[in-house]
Amino acid sequence: MSSGSGVRSPGSFKHGRSAGSEHKTASATLSEKTPDSGHRTPDRTNRITRRFADLRADGKKAFVAYICAGDPHLDATVDLVVGMAEQGVDIIELGIPYSDPMADGPANQAACERALASGTTVRGVLDAVRRIRARTQVPLLFFTYLSPVLAYGAEKFATDAFAAGIDGLLSLDLPPEEGPEFLATMRAAGLATVCLSAPTTPLVRKKMLMRESRGFLYYVCRLGVTGERAELPADLAKQVKALKSVSDAPVCIGFGISSPEQAALAASHGDGVIVGSHLVRLIEKHGKDADLVARVAGRAGELARAVHAVGV
Amino acid sequence: MAQGRPKQLPDASGRFGRYGGRYVPETLIPALDEITAAYAAAKKDKAFQKQFRDLLKDFVGRPTPLTFAARLSDKYKRRIWLKREDLNHTGAHKINNAIGQGLLALKLKKQRIIAETGAGQHGVATATACALLGLKCHVYMGTEDMRRQAPNVFRMRLLGAEVIGVNSGTHTLKDAVNEALRDWVTNVESTHYILGSALGPHPFPMMVRDFQSVIGREARAQILKAEGRLPDVLLACVGGGSNSIGLFHPFMKDKSVRFIGAEAGGRGNALGEHAARFSGGSFGVFQGMASYVLQNEDGQVMGTHSVSAGLDYASIGPEHAWMRDTKRAEYLRCSDERALAGLHLLAESEGIIPALESSHAIGILDEVAAKTRKGAIIIVNISGRGDKDVAEVARFEGVKL
Repeated sequence: MSSGSGVRSPGSFKHGRSAGSEHKTASATLSEKTPDSGHRTPDRTNRITRRFADLRADGKKAFVAYICAGDPHLDATVDLVVGMAEQGVDIIELGIPYSDPMADGPANQAACERALASGTTVRGVLDAVRRIRARTQVPLLFFTYLSPVLAYGAEKFATDAFAAGIDGLLSLDLPPEEGPEFLATMRAAGLATVCLSAPTTPLVRKKMLMRESRGFLYYVCRLGVTGERAELPADLAKQVKALKSVSDAPVCIGFGISSPEQAALAASHGDGVIVGSHLVRLIEKHGKDADLVARVAGRAGELARAVHAVGV
Repeated sequence: MAQGRPKQLPDASGRFGRYGGRYVPETLIPALDEITAAYAAAKKDKAFQKQFRDLLKDFVGRPTPLTFAARLSDKYKRRIWLKREDLNHTGAHKINNAIGQGLLALKLKKQRIIAETGAGQHGVATATACALLGLKCHVYMGTEDMRRQAPNVFRMRLLGAEVIGVNSGTHTLKDAVNEALRDWVTNVESTHYILGSALGPHPFPMMVRDFQSVIGREARAQILKAEGRLPDVLLACVGGGSNSIGLFHPFMKDKSVRFIGAEAGGRGNALGEHAARFSGGSFGVFQGMASYVLQNEDGQVMGTHSVSAGLDYASIGPEHAWMRDTKRAEYLRCSDERALAGLHLLAESEGIIPALESSHAIGILDEVAAKTRKGAIIIVNISGRGDKDVAEVARFEGVKL
């Protein structure tokens, strides 16, 4: 139920053009190991940053998996994350289910609906993260729309998410200029704030996004919503090259990748590959089966091995 | 509200105070930049503005009359005037914006148009503008709304538009907006999204307001001519808020003029039973903008209910949120029942069957009149005609046609 009448205070979610200066003072690369100056420094090296450094040292690309937290229920989410980590997945994106996922295709929409139907709340997801952390140190990133975070309270969310063991946050509906203070709050708590770039993004904006992003930059390699596609886009190499010309910060490629072959091909262009809907569809199909974790983690492992086989 | 000269809103970042903004996937940012630039150019482009004015006059049939409602005036002891947007071609105010944005799409060289629709009025208006301007048109509509507004679905198809039923979520307007946004993210290079209300990401709230402001500009001139003075109250229903902002905006600097919006009170006070964002909603980000949102404690957007499909929306345009906070406007609730009574009242006393949306403004006339002195001048926006609602009203009242 709602808190009733009156406006909920959005915590640190304030708007102001003045925050632009914060952008400039924020240090310029994605691969930095220390949080932005001027903020409280959490006493933990970011697991995402560390993972990219380790992979680079080994001459490997990253495989990133997405699943929606609470799909089909949170107990399964805990086992799925642990299982995927054991299979060699480098970073796991946990979706926070939302009623109106406007950037998602049918597979992820249905996952959100299943997760909400199973009673998943932000508090429940944070609790699941604590249970995951008792079993694995795989880097974890929240993939979310703003609404659930604002409702929880941005500052409290940042603190609680970091304390639970979350390493980063990607807000699908928050271009960086819309919430510099929101992003600063997340960073101050120790979360890497990942930005997205798209095929439509002009070069000057690509540069800004590369500077603004933390942990890595998520390159949405095609127009459209999330979901599996047969082919990789023709302009992929050119687009990623343009991003990498700005800085050597990690760029991961996602949207529509569904096979080990595609994953390997995409990995050859960037620093990592993200697969979401394909795994979510497996969860949809086998959600009630006893071997759900083995199936999904097994497939994630195949994808991870394909990506790891690509040399730097 | 601010003293002295009101500052120009939205600001450069598309905000009305803390409301508005552009909370969209990164893919859409360049398209929004492009529309913002094209719209700024069109605003100063005399040829564009003339073309817009000419089409409103020769195709839409503007100006619409301001009709004195003699019996209603007598009943409430106020001077009540009706702004007759119901007399527009296609039967509602929506056509003003559809023509404006259709012309803008031509400037953007986008041949494919998408739109969302709730009551179907914006869908019909967009299908009409597209037929007129030679554009391809796809309209997203919740399947529940398609059932409620079957005649409008067929009208859109007659006009050559493709109507795509939306089965996700609650099968109503918000889900149609989600699907339209998903289509736009996918086809952004060839497609313009004609958003139908003064909501969504910047520049839509500003642009839709500007195209709809013809309502208030006409009403202001008409009332000054008829009464020799400004009105005391402007009254309009508020779904997303385009007919109301269109009426209110040209009076923004006239501080003696009170703005009153009628929100859908539905059938109860519990979340999910109404669409009264200002009494049950809270600050949030939804479908590209910061505004008041009907949501639960976890930020999940709740279903809404209204007898009127056009008011059945979980959020409200950002300028309304700003006007509410600054007390420039006030917003009252009108239940389904009072709205239906309003429809009957206007039909029987003035010979005008209003749309169920507009009936919400009539439904609270007694309450609004009580807030004013005897003889006060009240302009009510009759945003659309009720033909599309006749079958639904009969169903609601248990009458077999």
